Amino acid sequence: MKQFSNRYIFIFSSVMVIAVAALLSLAATLLQPAQTRNLEIEKKRNMLESINVAATRENTADLYGKYIKEGFVINSRGEMIEGVDAFSVVLRNEQKKPLAEQYLPVFRAVPDDGEQVVILPVEGKGLWGPIFGYISLRSDMNTIYGVNFDHKGETPGLGAEINTSAFESQFRGKKLYDNTDFISVHVVKGGAREGDVHGVDAISGGTITSKGLEMMIHDCMLKYNDFLLKNRN
Amino acid sequence: MDIMEKESIFSPRNLKLLTEPLGKNNPITVQVLGICSALAVTVKLKPALVMSLSVIIVTGMSNLVIAAFRKYIPETIRIIVQLVVIATLVILVDQFLKAYVFDVSKQLSVFVGLIITNCIIMGRLEAFAMANKPWPSFLDGIGNGAGYGLILVVVAFFRELLGSGTVYGYPVLEKLGLFKTGYENNGMVILPPMALIFVGLIIWFQRSRDKSLVEKN
Repeated sequence: MKQFSNRYIFIFSSVMVIAVAALLSLAATLLQPAQTRNLEIEKKRNMLESINVAATRENTADLYGKYIKEGFVINSRGEMIEGVDAFSVVLRNEQKKPLAEQYLPVFRAVPDDGEQVVILPVEGKGLWGPIFGYISLRSDMNTIYGVNFDHKGETPGLGAEINTSAFESQFRGKKLYDNTDFISVHVVKGGAREGDVHGVDAISGGTITSKGLEMMIHDCMLKYNDFLLKNRN
Repeated sequence: MDIMEKESIFSPRNLKLLTEPLGKNNPITVQVLGICSALAVTVKLKPALVMSLSVIIVTGMSNLVIAAFRKYIPETIRIIVQLVVIATLVILVDQFLKAYVFDVSKQLSVFVGLIITNCIIMGRLEAFAMANKPWPSFLDGIGNGAGYGLILVVVAFFRELLGSGTVYGYPVLEKLGLFKTGYENNGMVILPPMALIFVGLIIWFQRSRDKSLVEKN
């Protein structure tokens, strides 16, 4: 192999790095519109799943228009904040702010059975990264109508099971409150006992994800406490 | 060297580069490289296919690029250059998947990024592309990517069939009416360790057919 001078090596690496950087930023810029659209569809689809509507990528936009009636933003005292688009609120950024300044999105939806539900977004930490989802509540603002959970990189077969319908369907009919006391829903290792309205079965082998999920539901739902109590009917 | 220059693009020697990694010199079952990702993406056929395609593209293109520049790459920084080329290609593949095959990109999640660390790719760059012309290197890359993909697809086929009762998402066993006879899906097949067992079975099968692969001692 030929010997190269240091000068050559430096020039070679600089040219290589600049060329690669240019190529990658070009690709990122060109592909971004398609990627953003995908994320938006995904978000709408997750919301629909939380009210137990199964959507495909193609009909998500139509179904979203049909079932989701409105979105608005409130603060932790349950007061409406005007002029903020609920759909574009990024929960992760909100969670870094002090509680009083956080924007809390609420979506109203009416599924086929005519129930007036609210959909509330949640976000927390799993074992390897963020876990997130939507929880929909019946008009009593207490009973869970449906949930949708997803994750960034939980272990397949273990923590990743939180986004299976087998796990999610357990949440239907569970209650957040005991009268006016906030209890939340607990993820019980070894299985929740029958008739427990505040407990679901944990995922075996996915303890940390399960615990993270439990904390996520507790922390995120508690922020809506004032709103939920005020709007009960 | 002059003789090689007149060689046709699909000469027997070149074709061998393409076909050998599919069997006799398979990166997974013979060289035992790239096992880690083989465990992760073989639960279902679809992600396995996409992963295979992505790896084929990355091995082929990185071999091509490195072979084209092989005379200009300073030996002292060649590993860095190889990594930059691989990482760039992988990021491009990842971006494309995110834009056009979003569902699959979600399933593959971190594993696309992990193609960068797939030993097959750097192994081929070091062992082949640094010393050969672009065209044979490209074929060698495609061949090795395909050899990896072949095993992935075979393992994924059996894991999906036995674990979920489907093939490429189509409920074959249910259509056959097997569940009515009391058959149940084997949940264990879905867990990662079972992929190792399947790979092991393939290695066993291959060695029993081709005795030249069996070590002497």
